[in-house]
Amino acid sequence: MKLYDSIELAGRNLRESVLRNSLTTVGISVGVASLVAMLSLGIGLQQLASKRLQRSGLFDSIVVTSRRDLRSFNREQEENGPAPAESPELNEAARSQIEHLPGVVEAYPDLRFITELRLDDKPHLTMVSGMPMSEKDSDSFEGMKGKFFSSANAHEVILQKSFAAELLGKSSRGPNEISVAEVGPPLLGKQLVMRYSERQSTGQDAASYSVISHELPLTIVGVTDLDPDSMRGAARARVFIPQKLMESMHPMQAYDMRNSNSATSNQPIYGTVIARVSGAGKVEIVEQAIKKIGFNTFSILDATKSMRRFFAILDLFLGIFGSLALTVASIGIINTLVMAILERRREIGIMKAVGASDSDVRGLFFAEAGAMGLLGGVCGTILGWIIGRVINFGTNIYLGRQGFPPENIWSVPVWLVAGALGFAFLVSLLSGIYPAARAAKLDPVQALRYE
Amino acid sequence: MGTTIIRAVDGISIEIETGEFIALLGTSGSGKSSLLNLLAGLDSPSAGQVIVNGQNLAALSREELAKYRRHTVGMVFQSFNLIPSMTVLENVELPLRFAEVDRAKRGELARAALERVGLVGRLEHRPVELSGGEQQRVALARALINQPTILLADEPTGNLDSRTGTEVMNLIRQLNESLQMTVVLVTHERALAERYADRLIFLADGKLISDQPNTTRAASEAKA
Repeated sequence: MKLYDSIELAGRNLRESVLRNSLTTVGISVGVASLVAMLSLGIGLQQLASKRLQRSGLFDSIVVTSRRDLRSFNREQEENGPAPAESPELNEAARSQIEHLPGVVEAYPDLRFITELRLDDKPHLTMVSGMPMSEKDSDSFEGMKGKFFSSANAHEVILQKSFAAELLGKSSRGPNEISVAEVGPPLLGKQLVMRYSERQSTGQDAASYSVISHELPLTIVGVTDLDPDSMRGAARARVFIPQKLMESMHPMQAYDMRNSNSATSNQPIYGTVIARVSGAGKVEIVEQAIKKIGFNTFSILDATKSMRRFFAILDLFLGIFGSLALTVASIGIINTLVMAILERRREIGIMKAVGASDSDVRGLFFAEAGAMGLLGGVCGTILGWIIGRVINFGTNIYLGRQGFPPENIWSVPVWLVAGALGFAFLVSLLSGIYPAARAAKLDPVQALRYE
Repeated sequence: MGTTIIRAVDGISIEIETGEFIALLGTSGSGKSSLLNLLAGLDSPSAGQVIVNGQNLAALSREELAKYRRHTVGMVFQSFNLIPSMTVLENVELPLRFAEVDRAKRGELARAALERVGLVGRLEHRPVELSGGEQQRVALARALINQPTILLADEPTGNLDSRTGTEVMNLIRQLNESLQMTVVLVTHERALAERYADRLIFLADGKLISDQPNTTRAASEAKA
C-alpha cells in the first residue's frame, strides 16, 4: 500500500473513535509539554547564569599573567610548566609575541590604578582602567548613554553607572536599578579631574625611577549600563579612559613595587596582558599557544567549564523527569492501539481477505501511532511553551515582591521545538511496534469467523 | 482431557477446471468453509498441497499469499463483510489500494465494477443504508475489482430473502459464464446448488463423500 493511502486510512480510523484517540493524543501532549517545560527552564536558567559572562564581552579574550607573579588565577596551572624563576617576563617583547600568534587580533597591557577623581572639587575614590578602541563594538557598551571615546588619545572618560550615581550622590543599592537615562544626562560633558602618579625613569640604573604626581582634566563622554570590567580582574574598574592615553601616562602600577627587585631594564613589565582573539572558538588553541611560551592564562571558558558541566547534568535530570510523562503517554498509545485491534478485528480480517499483506496492516497501525505522536507533539510543544511562560511570569511576580529586577528564566530554542516534535514522533512509532506486529499477525480466518 | 486434534479438511483430493461452477455442500462443521479458506489462501494446510494455476499455495510466504488473494481470487461472504465506516465506492476501491493502483484510476474502475453488478446510484452511501441484496452486490463488485480468475462464495445467500438471493445467484452464474470465471460456492442448500452449479461436491466431517456432475441442472438446461 502506498504511504499516502496508509496515512489516509489511518486518519479515517482515528476519526472513527475521536474521543479515545483525542484522549491519547492529549496524553502525549502533556508528556511533551512537561519535557519542553522542564528543558526550557533548564536552558533558561543556564542562559541567565551565563548572560553576565557573555555581556562582559570577554568570551573572545584571554587574560595572560606571568608565572613570576605568584598570584595566578588558576592554581592548577602552577603544578606544571616552568618554575616561576625560569619563566619569561611579561614585558613589551612578550606582548608583541602574543599579538603575533595566529588567531590573536590584539594584545594590550591591562593598566589600572585606584585614584581620586574630583567633580566640582568633591573627591571620589575608584579604580580607573584603560579601554582599547576595539571595545567600542563589544556588547559591553550596549545601552550606553553618550558615546565612545572620540580618539585613542582623547582626554575623555566613560563611567560605569554605579559610579555615576555616586557622583550624583545617589544610592547605588536597593531594589530599583539605576537607570542610565537618569544618571547619564546630568553628567555628560562635565569635567572630572583625575590624579595619577607617573613612573619616570631616573636614568641611573634599570631599577630606579621617580614617581611624579599629576592631575589630568577629563571630559565625561559616556555612562555605561553594563559592567564592562566585571570579569577582567580582581578589582573592578568603574571609570575607563582610552588605552593609548593610559599607556602614554606611564601610570604607577601596583606590581611595579614587587618587580623593582628583579627589574633588568627600564622598560615596563606588565602585570596582565589581555589578548583578544578573532572568535570564541579560537580561545582554547590560543590559550595553549600562550601557555607554551610560558605564561599563565585565564579565560571565561575556563571559568564556565564547571558551570556548563553543572547545567549539562541539570538538563539531563530535567529531561529524564520530563520524559517520564512521555513514557506514560506512550503506554497510552499502546493501550489505544491494542484496543483498536480488538475493535477492528473483523475489519483487519476483511482487509487481509481482499489482499492486504502483513506489512500493509503494520503500516496502517504505524501511521496511526505516528499521527497521534506528531499531533500530540505539536500540541505539547505549544502547551509546554505556555507553561514555561506562566512559570516565568509567576517567578517574576515573586522576584518583584522580593525586590529583584525581572529575569527571563525560560527559553525555547528552535532545536528544542524540533527535538520535542522528533522525539514525540519517534516515541509514538516505538509504541506502535507491538500493536502493529500484533495486528499484522492476526489470522484472517479467525477474524472473519461469523459472529 | 487433553487437546483433541480436529481435522477440518481430511484427505480431500479434488481437481477444478478453469471456468467450472462448483458447489461445496455439507452440514455445518463438515469442513466446506475450511476448504474454501484453503483455496482463498487465507489458511495454510498442515499437510498436502493446494495447487492453483500451477502454484502450490502451501509453499507460499505470507506476503506471496497476500498477493495471491489480491490478484487471483475474489471472495464474497454470507455476512457481506463490508467495512461499515466506508462508503460503497470506498469499499469497492479498497482492494485497489493494496494493489497500489493510482488514485485517479480507482474511482473509474470501482464505478465500472458496480455497474457490472447492477448498482449505479447511492455510491456515497454507507453499507448500513443499503438493503442486504444491495450490500451483497457491493461485495461482489469488490471481489471483481482486481479482475480475479476465481470467485469464492461462502453462503452468499445465507442472509438474503429468496428473491434477492436468486438475483445474486443469477449474477454470479452470469459472471461465471461471461467472464469464464471459476466459481466455488459453499452452501448447505442442496436446491440452490442444483440450480446453479455444474458439479456438486459433498463433504462430511472433513471428508469427501461424493463428487458428481449436477445432473439436475444439465437436465433443466437441456429442457430450456
